[in-house]
Amino acid sequence: MQTDQQTRATVWPDDIFEVLKENGVTQVAYVPDAGHSKLINRCHAEKTMKTVVLTTEEEGVAMMAGSFMGGAKGVLLMQSSGVGNCINMLSMFQECRLPILMLVTMRGVWGEFNPWQVPMGGSTAKALENAGVIVHSVEHAEEIKETLHACARLAFNTHRPVAVLIQQRVIGFKNWSK
Amino acid sequence: MAAKKTSAKGMDRRAVVAALVKDRGDALVVTGLGSSTYDTFAVGDHDLNFYLWGGMGGAAMAGLGLALAQPKRRVLVITGDGEMLMGIGSLATIAVAAPKNLAIAVIDNGHYGETGMQRAHTGLGVDITGMAKAAGIKSSTTLRSMNALKAWLKTWHHKSGPVFADIKVAAVPAPMRLPMRDGTAIKHRFRTALLGNAAFD
Repeated sequence: MQTDQQTRATVWPDDIFEVLKENGVTQVAYVPDAGHSKLINRCHAEKTMKTVVLTTEEEGVAMMAGSFMGGAKGVLLMQSSGVGNCINMLSMFQECRLPILMLVTMRGVWGEFNPWQVPMGGSTAKALENAGVIVHSVEHAEEIKETLHACARLAFNTHRPVAVLIQQRVIGFKNWSK
Repeated sequence: MAAKKTSAKGMDRRAVVAALVKDRGDALVVTGLGSSTYDTFAVGDHDLNFYLWGGMGGAAMAGLGLALAQPKRRVLVITGDGEMLMGIGSLATIAVAAPKNLAIAVIDNGHYGETGMQRAHTGLGVDITGMAKAAGIKSSTTLRSMNALKAWLKTWHHKSGPVFADIKVAAVPAPMRLPMRDGTAIKHRFRTALLGNAAFD
């Protein structure tokens, strides 16, 4: 039998999906990440959501500006390494006071195997904050629903860029022996 | 200088942009930073122009977000060759997303006009129409005359997209005409025209 904690560890992508739907998100742009794979599959299967795969993360930042100008709400999914690619494009959001909801799965901070992930993982939150993005972090799976809901409201009701960092502790260790 | 004589060949950029926006109807227009923004303002300021003054490389993707949000409207991205090259991967993303209502017009002078007219990749042999085609945007073409441009207007107005045109213009700066710069004002003007009171919900 699964413990409550194990159950929680497998359903958090469903929690995210439900919160996105509840908040009227109709556009989902992503650079694939293993931590987001279940969520990406659910979004692809959802008819009310337009799901766009990107070649690089800053494309999604620019896309979210157009989405909101057109009256739609979107979410941008990426891994922490992709945050570095977004910085100049985020200037549009501060200057135009546009909302963006970024959902970032962290690498390089908790039980990491790949040393090349550590530099960007260590500067992800600071880089976002320097670019004018409000950053909230989730350490435990059971916090995701509440935090994401709060961040979606903050972003779309006040027209501000907001990022939710899903810490590596939530995702678990990547299995390198597979 | 010989290089300048060569680069003076080609269409007048303002005449090109004027033709592009003349019969726009209720279309939404996104302009890439620099001359594309100035040209579009100079020949056809409009509440439904999203003038970018930054975010280089993002014009086509802003157009995609807008096209997906407003599937019943035509969306035209007017941008420069340097701006398009900086976001060249977005041609692959747009081809895969396949928005039926999105057109991209690159005003290609083969140079970085804002920074001192250094030659750009497009002026050194790089064919962005070929790149757009290879990405999967089947309706991609290079336009070299006003007649060819006039024929393409039907494509941007009516053809199921995405459609792409690289329009060769002379590397001659046009008189400076600058639209509003305040991003928040640009946002409110555009969204109010498009969404009415819902812009402030």
